[in-house]
Amino acid sequence: MQKAGSAQSKISNPLWVNAEITYQCPLHCVFCYNPVDYTQYGPELTTEDWLRAFRQARELGAVQLGLSGGEPLMRDDVEIMAAEASKMGYYVNLITSGIGLTEKRISAFKEGGLGQIQLSFQDSTRELNDFLSSTRTFELKSKVAKLIKQYEYPMVLNVVLHRLNIDHIQEILEMAEAMGAEHVELANTQYYAWAFENRRQLLPSREQLERAERITNEFRERVGNKMKIYFVVPDYYADRPKACMNGWGSVFINITSDGLVLPCHEARMLPGLEFPNVRDHDMRWIWQESPAFNAFRGDSWMKEPCRTCPEKEKDFGGCHCQAYMLTGDPANADPVCDKSPYHHLVTEEVERAQKPQLPAAEAKQVILFRDDKNSRALGQKQPKTPVT
Amino acid sequence: MSEAQGLSGEVVFELERQFRFQWEPAQDCFVLLYPEGMVQLKGGAGEIMKRIDGKASIEDMVKDLQSTFPGTDLRQDVIEFLEAAHAKGWIRTKQDQ
Repeated sequence: MQKAGSAQSKISNPLWVNAEITYQCPLHCVFCYNPVDYTQYGPELTTEDWLRAFRQARELGAVQLGLSGGEPLMRDDVEIMAAEASKMGYYVNLITSGIGLTEKRISAFKEGGLGQIQLSFQDSTRELNDFLSSTRTFELKSKVAKLIKQYEYPMVLNVVLHRLNIDHIQEILEMAEAMGAEHVELANTQYYAWAFENRRQLLPSREQLERAERITNEFRERVGNKMKIYFVVPDYYADRPKACMNGWGSVFINITSDGLVLPCHEARMLPGLEFPNVRDHDMRWIWQESPAFNAFRGDSWMKEPCRTCPEKEKDFGGCHCQAYMLTGDPANADPVCDKSPYHHLVTEEVERAQKPQLPAAEAKQVILFRDDKNSRALGQKQPKTPVT
Repeated sequence: MSEAQGLSGEVVFELERQFRFQWEPAQDCFVLLYPEGMVQLKGGAGEIMKRIDGKASIEDMVKDLQSTFPGTDLRQDVIEFLEAAHAKGWIRTKQDQ
C-alpha cells in the first residue's frame, strides 16, 4: 500500500481545501460523515496552524476554501479564518447548520469577505419527526435564512435525504421556497461513517426515489428559475462508480480538526496509509511527495477489472473508501461498478431496501445517533488494523 | 440585458456580487471565482475583465485596451465578450442593482 503511484503521472494543483475545523457539533445527525470514532482525535489545530495550512495550500494553487466541521461555528475564531483566507485570495464557503449564526457573527463574516454560506438542513434532534413538525427547527432556519438574505448572500440550502425523510420531499421543497432559497441541493446520503453504520435504516427504496424525483421535477417546473434544485441519487443505485474527488490527490485537500491531511473526507479510515499532519509537514511535501497522496495517483495501483477498463480515465476506479468498507481492500474497484466481482454486496443492500423496513418509530430505537457516547463505543469496537 | 444591441458606449459594468476576479500565478492567468467553481480567463478575456471596475464605461475600456494593444480594432471583441459575460451572469450594469 505504501507504493507510490506511477511517478510519471503529472501532479496537478489542488483547487479545493475543505477544513473540518472542529468535530464538535450540537447536532446528532445519523448520516454524519465525520469519523465514527471522532472522540479519539484531538487536540484541534490552533488558529495559527490553520492559517499556515491555508497559506501553504494557497501557494500550491488552491482557490476554494470550505470551512466546515462538525459545526464550524463552535469555534470562535471562524471569523478570523474566513477573513484571513479571503485576504489570501480564497473564495471562502462557510458550511453550517446555522446554529450559532448571530447577526454579530454574520456581519463580521461579511466584513471579512466570506463568499458564501451554505445552510444545511437536517433532522437536528433525536425526534425524527421533529424534522418537519417542529416549529423550532423551522424558526431557527427561517431566522438564519433572513440574516443570510439581509447580508446579501445567496440562500443556499443543503438537504440530506434518506429513507426516513425522503417521503416528505414536497414539504421540504415548500419550506425551502418559504425561506426564499435560491439554490437547493437535495443530496441522498452517501454511505460512509455514521451513515454506513445506519445504512439499512437510511437507504431508500426505488419507489421512494422515483417518487421524490418526480415531485422534485414538478416543483422545479412550477418555480422555474427562481430556485435551482439539484437532486443527487445514492450511488448504490448506480452501475458505474462516481469519479470520487475527480481522482485521488487530483484537486481536493481535506484537513481534519486535528490536522491530518486527506485526499477526501473519509480517507482517514483506510488502513496501511500514514496521512501526514500539518503540524509536522508543509503542504507542498504533503501534496507532492507524501506516500499517502501518491498511493492512488495514476493507474499503476489498479487491479482488474479497473486496470484494463476503457473507463478508468473517467472514474479512476471510483471510491477507495467504499471499496475498503465493502471489500476490505481500497485498491479494489468500487463495488458500485457492475464489473466488480463484489457488486452483489451493493445490489443485495439495494434489494433489501425494496422490502418493508422498520417503521420510523422503531427505526429510531436501532439507529445510531452521532454523539460522543456512541463514538467512544464505536472507537473501541473498530480499532484501525493495518492490512498487510 | 437581452436587449444586447442596446449596449451603448456609456454603459458601466461591475462584477456580480458573488464573483471574485484575480490573477492566479498557479494557473498563469486571470480567473473568476464563484461558489465552488472557477473560470480561467486567458489572454484578452482576462484583459477586458481586469478593466471592469464599476467606474469605467465601455468606451473607456476600449480606449484603454487600444492604447495597451495598439494596431487592432478591439471594439467588437470587447462588446462581444461583455455581452457573453453578462449573459453568463458574471457582470451586471451599474443600473441593474
